[in-house]
Amino acid sequence: MPDASPGPNKFPRDGVAAEIRAIQSRAPGSSEDCGGTAARKKPSFLSLRLYYFGRWLRSPKPHLMLLGYASLLAFWYLSVEVLRLPRFAEMPGPTAVIHEWLSPSPTFGVSIHTPVYYQHILISLQRVLISFALATALGVPTGLLLGWSKTFKDYAFPIFEMLRPIPILAWVPLAIIMLPGSELPVLFLTFLASFFATALNTKLGVTSIDPTLVLAAKCLGASPLQVFRHVIVPGALPYVFTGLQISIGVAWFSLVAAEMVSGQFGLGYLINTSYTMVQYPTIIIAMVTLGAVGFVSSVAVRLIGNWLMDWRGRQLSLDNRR
Amino acid sequence: MTNAPVAETSGGLTSNGRAGWPSGLGFDRSARRAAVAILMALIFWHLGSTSRQWLGTSLPLIGSVPAPDAVVRAWIHLLSDPGYWQSWLWSTVRVALGFAAATTAGMPFGLALAANARFRSTVFPVFELLRPIPPLAWVPASIIFWPTQELSIAFVIFLGGFYTIVLNVVGGAEAIDTRLIQAARSMGASHWIIFRRLILPGVLPSIGVGMEVAIGITWEVVVAAEMISGGGSGGEASSGGGLGFFIWNSYVGGAYPDIIVGMISIGIAGYLSSAMTRRAVAYLTPWKKRV
Amino acid sequence: MNAPVLRTSMRGAIEIYDVVKVFEVRGVCVPAVDHCSFSIRAGEICMIVGPSGCGKTTLLNAIAGFHGIDSGSITLDGTLLCGPSQLVAPTGSDRIVVFQNGALFPWKTNLDNVAFGPIVQKKLSKKEAHEKGSQLLAQAGLSGYEHKYPGELSSGLQRRVEIVRALMNDPAVLLLDEPYRALDALSKSVMHEALLEIYYRTGVTIFFITHDLEEAIFLGHRVVVMTSRPCRPKESFTIDIPHPRRYEVLTSRRFRELAAEISAAVNEEAMKSFTLGEREG
Repeated sequence: MPDASPGPNKFPRDGVAAEIRAIQSRAPGSSEDCGGTAARKKPSFLSLRLYYFGRWLRSPKPHLMLLGYASLLAFWYLSVEVLRLPRFAEMPGPTAVIHEWLSPSPTFGVSIHTPVYYQHILISLQRVLISFALATALGVPTGLLLGWSKTFKDYAFPIFEMLRPIPILAWVPLAIIMLPGSELPVLFLTFLASFFATALNTKLGVTSIDPTLVLAAKCLGASPLQVFRHVIVPGALPYVFTGLQISIGVAWFSLVAAEMVSGQFGLGYLINTSYTMVQYPTIIIAMVTLGAVGFVSSVAVRLIGNWLMDWRGRQLSLDNRR
Repeated sequence: MTNAPVAETSGGLTSNGRAGWPSGLGFDRSARRAAVAILMALIFWHLGSTSRQWLGTSLPLIGSVPAPDAVVRAWIHLLSDPGYWQSWLWSTVRVALGFAAATTAGMPFGLALAANARFRSTVFPVFELLRPIPPLAWVPASIIFWPTQELSIAFVIFLGGFYTIVLNVVGGAEAIDTRLIQAARSMGASHWIIFRRLILPGVLPSIGVGMEVAIGITWEVVVAAEMISGGGSGGEASSGGGLGFFIWNSYVGGAYPDIIVGMISIGIAGYLSSAMTRRAVAYLTPWKKRV
Repeated sequence: MNAPVLRTSMRGAIEIYDVVKVFEVRGVCVPAVDHCSFSIRAGEICMIVGPSGCGKTTLLNAIAGFHGIDSGSITLDGTLLCGPSQLVAPTGSDRIVVFQNGALFPWKTNLDNVAFGPIVQKKLSKKEAHEKGSQLLAQAGLSGYEHKYPGELSSGLQRRVEIVRALMNDPAVLLLDEPYRALDALSKSVMHEALLEIYYRTGVTIFFITHDLEEAIFLGHRVVVMTSRPCRPKESFTIDIPHPRRYEVLTSRRFRELAAEISAAVNEEAMKSFTLGEREG
C-alpha cells in the first residue's frame, strides 16, 4: 500500500496497529506479558479426551449409570429367572442369553464363536452402508438444489412431499415387483428412507444459512456458482451431518423391517427366523447386536462430521457447549 | 422464513434478507409449476407402466408398475368395499392409541429426566442403550411377552413414538432460558408455579416438534407391524387388518393396482395426521411464529 | 468548509436523486425511503444518523445492489447504478458492505476470508492473495490470527478482519451498516481510531450508518440526519473539526457544540419513531 502523502497533519502516532504489534512482541512470561498474547501449547486431542474422561469418572455420574444398567439387568433377571412372573414365562433370561452368546457350541447355532453370527452382522452392515452411501450421494445434492434454486424446488418438491409420507414398508410389495431378486428391494427400501431424511435436512441447512453471508459474498464479486461452492455448501454442512445421523438411524430401521419381511441373512432376518424356530435367546442376541452396531455407525457419522467441521468444534467449545 | 437466497423476480432481498416478491404473482407461479410437475410425473408414470404396449418391451423399473388408470379403477371399486374402510379405521386407531400412549408416557418421563440430575444420570444411559434397537426388532420379543397380538403391536408402536418424544422433551427443557427461571424466582414464584407456568409452556414447542416427528414414525411402525405380523411372518389372517396388511394381502393376492391404492391411502392418512398434529401444536403454542 | 483528507481520492462520489422505495408486507405498502436526495463527495466520510427502522439500511442496500428502488436514481462517479431503466444496481466489489452482525465466513480461516474477494474475481492467484492478505492483516495489527477461524476472535477483531477483507478489493466506497453497534464502548473507541487510520491511508469513501451521535461526529466529515420512516435527509451538518482526529477530540469544546446542535435534530425524529413503536426489522 502506498504511503500516506506527507501533508501538514501527518498522523501523530504510529497508529493502533503499531501499538498492537508492540504488545504482541513483548516476551511471553515476562513482567510485561499481559497473558493473553502468550503462545500456549495446545493440548493434544488424546490428553484432552483423557482429561474429560477423568473428570467424568470422579463425578457421581458413572456410579449412577452403572446403577441404572444394574437395575435393568436385575429387573430382567428377577422377573424371568427368579420370580418367574406370569408374563415373563417364555422370555429368555439374561443368564440363558449370555451363556448362549458366549458359548463355543451354542444350542441354536449363533454365538460370538460362530462365523454365521458375523456373517449376519456383516451382511446387514453392508446393506446399510451401500444404501446410506447412495442416499447421501443423491440426497445431499438434491437437498442443496431444493434449498438453493427456487425453480428446482417449485418443480421437484411437490413430488418429493407427495412421496415422502408413504411409509417405507408400504413400498415393499412395489419394490419386490419392480426390482429383480431379493437383495435389490431391501437395498432400495433402505435407500429410500435415508434419501428423504438426508435431502430434507440438507434443504433445511441451505435455508438456514444467514442471508448476509450470501450478500457479503456477492459484494466481494462472487458469481452464483461461487456463492454456492464457498458459502452454501460449507454453510449447510452442519445441518447435513445432523441429517446424516438421522438418516443412518432411519436406514437401520428400514433395513430391519425389510429384512424381516423379505430377505435372506442379516440381523433382521435372524430375529425373525429365531422367533419362528423358537430360538428365543438368539432373538435377544440379535437385538442387542443390532443396537450396538446401529449405535457405533451413528457415532461414526458424528465423528466424521466433527472432523470435517473443525471450525465449528472450536466455536462451540469457546461457547462452552462442548 | 428465509427462503433460498436466490431471488428470481426483480424484488430481490429486503434489507434484512427476506425474499420479497410481489405477492400474488409469486404464489401463482409456484402453484403453476407444481401442477406442471405433477402432470409430467403422471404422464411419465402412464407411459412407463404401459411401455410394453406401445414400446414393445417393458422399461426396466417403471414397466412393471400398474398403470394409473388401473389404479384409479381399482380405487373407485374399493371405495364401496367396507373392508377397505375398515383397514383405514384399524390403522388410524392404532396410530392414535400408540401416539397417545407415547405422548402420555413420554412427557412426564422426559420432564423427570430434565428436572432431576440424579434420575437422569441413572436412567438416561439405559434409555440410550435401548434406543438404537429399532422398534421393529422388538416385535418377536413383544409377541412372546404380551398375551394378545394387538397388545404386542401396540407396544412396538408405542416404543417408536416414545423415544422421539422423550428426546424432544429433554432437549426442550434444557433450552429454556435460565434467565427466565431466575426472573420468576426473583418475583417470588414457587417451584410448582415455575413448573406450570414456565417449564410446561417452554417445553411445548419442542414437544410440538417431537410430536410432528413422532406421528410420522408411528405411521411407519404401524404399517410395518401390520405387514410383519399379518403378512410377512405369522400369516394370521385374523389379525384385524389395517392398511399395511391390506397392501401385503393385495400383493399376495395378485391385485397389484390395489397395492398402489393402499400406498396412496396411507400417504394421505399420514399427511392428514401430520397436518392435524401441526394444527394442534400451533394451537397450543400461539406465540411461536409459523414458517 | 471542507475538512482536509490526507490522501486524495477521486473515486466514490455517490449521487442519490429522488429515490423512492416502497415495500409490500402482507399486502400492506410500507414506504421505506421517500424522495430522498443527497450526494456524497469522493473521499468523504458521510455519517448517516437516524432513528431505528427509518429506512437508512434500505438506502444502503439499494446502493449495494441488494434490492432495487422504485423510482429515482443512484450514480457512482457518474455511472448509473440504478435508475428508471434498471431498478436494481449490480452487486460488485466497488461498493463493499460491512454488516452489523459480521459476515465473515465461519468455515474459512481469517486469511482465507480476507483473500476471498481477489481469488473469486480471479484478480490474484491464491498465493498472491494470501501474501497481500497477510500483509494487510499485519498492517491492521492482526498478524498471528491468519490461521484462526472467525469464531475464535472477539467481535471487535472480527470487524477489523472484515474491513481488511473489504479493502483487499480496493473498493471505491465502503458501506458500513452500524458495524460497531454490538461492541462495548472501549472496543468501539479502538475501532474508531483503526478505521480512521485506514481512511487516512487509503482515502476510500465511507458511507456509515449509525445511531451513535458521538461516533458520527468523531468519524465523519459530514453528518446527515434522517427523518423517521420513511426516511429523507432532514439536515446535514458539516463537522469542521480538523483531521487527523484523536480521541482527545471527544472532549473538545467544538465537539460538544456540534453534539448539542445535532442531537436536537436527532431527538425530534427519535421521539416520532418511538411513538410509532415499530420493529427495527
